[in-house]
Amino acid sequence: MKLFAKHNNVLPGFGPTMGYTLLYLSLVVLIPLSALVFKTAGLSWSGFLEAVAAPRVLASYRITFGAALAAAGINAVFGVLVAWVLVRYPFPGKRLVDALVDLPFALPTAVAGITLATVYSANGWVGRYLEPRGIKVAFTPLGIIIAMTFIGLPFVVRTVQPVIEELDAEIEEAAACLGASRWQTFCRVLFPLLTPSVLTGFALAFARGVGEYGSIIFIAGNMPMVSEITPLIIITKLEQYDYQGATAVATVMLLASFVLLLVINLLQKWSRRYAE
Amino acid sequence: MSAPITKHAARQHGSRRISEPAAVRWLLTAIALAFLALFLALPLAAVFSQAFEKGWETYLAALKEPDTLAAVKLTLLTAAVAVPLNLVFGVAASWAIAKFSFTGKNLLITLIDLPFSVSPVISGLIYVLIFGRQGWLGPWLEAHDIKIVFAVPGIILATVFVTFPFIARELIPLMESQGKDEEEAAMVLGASGLQTFFRVTLPNIKWGIIYGVILCNARAMGEFGAVSVVSGHIRGMTNTVPLQVEILYNEYNYTAAFAVASLLAFLALVTLVVKTIAEWQVQRQLQD
Repeated sequence: MKLFAKHNNVLPGFGPTMGYTLLYLSLVVLIPLSALVFKTAGLSWSGFLEAVAAPRVLASYRITFGAALAAAGINAVFGVLVAWVLVRYPFPGKRLVDALVDLPFALPTAVAGITLATVYSANGWVGRYLEPRGIKVAFTPLGIIIAMTFIGLPFVVRTVQPVIEELDAEIEEAAACLGASRWQTFCRVLFPLLTPSVLTGFALAFARGVGEYGSIIFIAGNMPMVSEITPLIIITKLEQYDYQGATAVATVMLLASFVLLLVINLLQKWSRRYAE
Repeated sequence: MSAPITKHAARQHGSRRISEPAAVRWLLTAIALAFLALFLALPLAAVFSQAFEKGWETYLAALKEPDTLAAVKLTLLTAAVAVPLNLVFGVAASWAIAKFSFTGKNLLITLIDLPFSVSPVISGLIYVLIFGRQGWLGPWLEAHDIKIVFAVPGIILATVFVTFPFIARELIPLMESQGKDEEEAAMVLGASGLQTFFRVTLPNIKWGIIYGVILCNARAMGEFGAVSVVSGHIRGMTNTVPLQVEILYNEYNYTAAFAVASLLAFLALVTLVVKTIAEWQVQRQLQD
């Protein structure tokens, strides 16, 4: 990385601010994260495989990634709908609703966790209507999906909303003038324009769901092989002083989130190119 | 095109066809609001309803518990350290990134965002790997009788890590969109670097800072996963408010758990209000 600002800049302070930025970034983020990498590098290959490919751990990947996929899917559908309604249709209390969308960002995950577990329990506000119909949410994988849907919702809405705001009305007018029905305009003209942002929001919600811990453990029931998420496996291993195992599983998770980060960056680049 | 009139007429004619029929609009709004009510409003209402289920007396008694008060103190301390640290970093980083051009800028921004994509559990784990008994510095720390993990410093470190990007990622795009013309003018007119920063830049990014700080603070006070790994859950000592909520809940003391949780939910509501106001201000500033 070349650390010299271009010379035609009259503003001062590049040296100290950049120096401090790199120092603080290294101390707080890069060095601690590299601890994980070095610790993993110290593991034997067979020990690593044994830790990350144990049946209980494999089941937790399936549950975590499967539930995150389902939740991101739900959010992709309803998130786009919410964003569309917030931008296009007037209704009373719109500003309030718009602010409320960010609740999952602001509400601590532990609070979300115990509240969802209570609302969806057998005698909770929602659970009491679902349970008699044979739908169990609390302490099942369905509960994990609900919790991940809750925390992932703002990601889709806030990614898609600005794109809908920027849509040029002339495009829709042109489609309408050329004889397209409203539904055709949406499917053939608007939806392709929204696709990059919807995919970005989907990926962000998915990534958040995969790493989430606090809001899930209370509602999940945490039964091994059935409703145990990978972050919980890491915690359990730590509590048993199995640092090697915890590190190995954490490395797999970290790799997964780096791949997701890469995908998200590519998607964002794509949607920016689309916007131009 | 001959006259604005034709354009206007075309728009009027088209307006019906670039929106949906009223019934469809109404239906979509209803579905969206029902979804939000079920997933957001209902849980929020449930927190307060559960907290006050047994009346004010029980509610206040739950909050006056010594362990709960200790947790509130620790949470305030954690935020009081983490937020200023990340604020100084955020301002420094956004100055360097937004006002200067250099190679590797995108890489730097990606690295700053990194803590967002790391699972909270892993954010705690890395500090255990460094400072824990079997960690890099474990033996040295033990020899000198310094406790970091399962003690207050570990909680603060993990919180600083998870809240690291909040202020920087708010200020970088804001300062980039404002450009550097005003600062350059101030410098040319003879202001010193610090004068330029405090009199020109700071007023311009004021609402961006408030926005970043309030979100950073909400996360610092509410963080659960990372803190849970490094805390060791010693009652009255290393329990933050979210951990106290967990302990009370797991003891089936639901009313107390929700009473303490209602403090955090209230904090979340305040955060949303301040955030919304700051957003309006930033937008107004950008339009001027």
